[in-house]
Amino acid sequence: MSFSNWFTRRRLRQAATLLTISATLAAAGCSNLGVKPWERDLLAEPDMQLTVSGVDAGLDDHIYFSKEASSGGRGFGGGGCGCN
Amino acid sequence: MQLINDKKNGKPVGRALATATCALLGVQATTAMAKDQPGEWDVETALLVYSETDDRVQAAEPVISATRNFDGDKKLNLKLVADTLTGASPSGATPSDLVQTFTRPSGIGNYTVEAGEAPLDDSFKDTRVAVSGSWTAPLNRDYTYSVGAYGSREYDYISTAVNGSLTRYLNNKNTTLTGGLSLGMDLIDPVGGAPIGLSRMALRANNTEAQFDQEFAATRESDDTKTLVDALFGVTQVINRRTLMQFNYGVSYSSGYLTDPYKILSVIDEAAGANYGGNLIGADGNPIYLYEERPDTRMKHSLYWQTKYMLENGDVMDGSYRFMVDDWGITSHTIDLKYRWRLSNSYLEPHFRYYMQSEADFYKRYLTESEYNGGVPTVSEASADYRLGELTGMTFGAKWGYRLDEDRELAIRAEYMIQSNDGDEGFGKLTNHDLYPDTNAMWLQLSYNF
Repeated sequence: MSFSNWFTRRRLRQAATLLTISATLAAAGCSNLGVKPWERDLLAEPDMQLTVSGVDAGLDDHIYFSKEASSGGRGFGGGGCGCN
Repeated sequence: MQLINDKKNGKPVGRALATATCALLGVQATTAMAKDQPGEWDVETALLVYSETDDRVQAAEPVISATRNFDGDKKLNLKLVADTLTGASPSGATPSDLVQTFTRPSGIGNYTVEAGEAPLDDSFKDTRVAVSGSWTAPLNRDYTYSVGAYGSREYDYISTAVNGSLTRYLNNKNTTLTGGLSLGMDLIDPVGGAPIGLSRMALRANNTEAQFDQEFAATRESDDTKTLVDALFGVTQVINRRTLMQFNYGVSYSSGYLTDPYKILSVIDEAAGANYGGNLIGADGNPIYLYEERPDTRMKHSLYWQTKYMLENGDVMDGSYRFMVDDWGITSHTIDLKYRWRLSNSYLEPHFRYYMQSEADFYKRYLTESEYNGGVPTVSEASADYRLGELTGMTFGAKWGYRLDEDRELAIRAEYMIQSNDGDEGFGKLTNHDLYPDTNAMWLQLSYNF
């Protein structure tokens, strides 16, 4: 196995470990978090949605997809263009 | 993975209550958009104009996205995007002391780059039309599903995808778990046919047209396909009345033709002498350029974390971080920050984004004479595409929106991006040239929602 291969695998393992730890912490912590149904007034506002404008996000994702080697994260990375 | 608005029915009462609550808490009561009303369409329209400096890519992109709301939290979304691109794009070749003449991707005609100039391929021209649709509906009190389809077409590329996701609500809808899958199939039909990876670009100079045609045909293969499988797992958690957090893990696998058919590499002379670091000249008296070749599979993993927080004064902070790693050796970090400063009927939202990536294992700014090895390259993959190199990008932007009434919003958004590359500076004559010019782009977007 070449060094770069080994390095990539090591990074993937690190990412997997980080994910497992985070998911465990999230699952353990989440049951104590949150609000009562009548406390959702602010969270229900359009400005508090995770993606406020799907159109803005879609346009930016398309620009960055065609200018960088990364895509996705918030949603599917996808293809859909011959620009990369 | 949006938070579901619990108060869809009886909206006026809900809004009045929210306004009253805001008043009690001393929060500015902004005009909230009346979205998600059953029996109505919510429509977002936008026009984006994108422009890169130095006569590079220019684009205009109109978008319309319409969501029809049905009783029982069911939604249908349809989206249409068109874009027109013109301008020039870096070919991957290095600048040179020579005037460089390249064959156009179609094989019909040439383009010339002056000595010392960055080689840009100006044959870039395309129109893309993309349509997508999705249907979201609850299965029962605890589950919601969504299914969608996507299709886009441009001159040399067709892309299709289907996707589905399932959302589970827990802890009084304070925790949302989502799992999604997307399957895509793309058909790539490059202008002039796809070049054979690492084959030499045929040039007209010192050749008869018949010789050129024969050489050009020998570098071509037929169209090709690419398949994509994406899976996404997400947790969205309400932290408190003002804070919302999301954590996603995504994995993406693509296989097939992942090479850019229009990108090339220069071969550089290593022999000590006057041309050390200059273009390697072949036996036919022409410089040697090779078409790039990338691996035929790619596996990407991404972790994404986003937090939204509403301040006491009603302003909203939005921050996200994404980490990505793939088996091409690229690692990237992305930070995105927005602050929505809410005024009575309008808002101003400054935006900052920082991006950095490491280079792909097979990224090479050029190939040396010994790597070219007389036409039998010692490398099996190589690309000089700057987007696979070491890259840092910063975007500064702002959006200003004005809410005309509960249903209509007008907004303008401007973004400015600076991208800079770094890497091997070369040797000999190459060191006289800027191998990594910056890319500067700006885009302006007008939006109207009703």
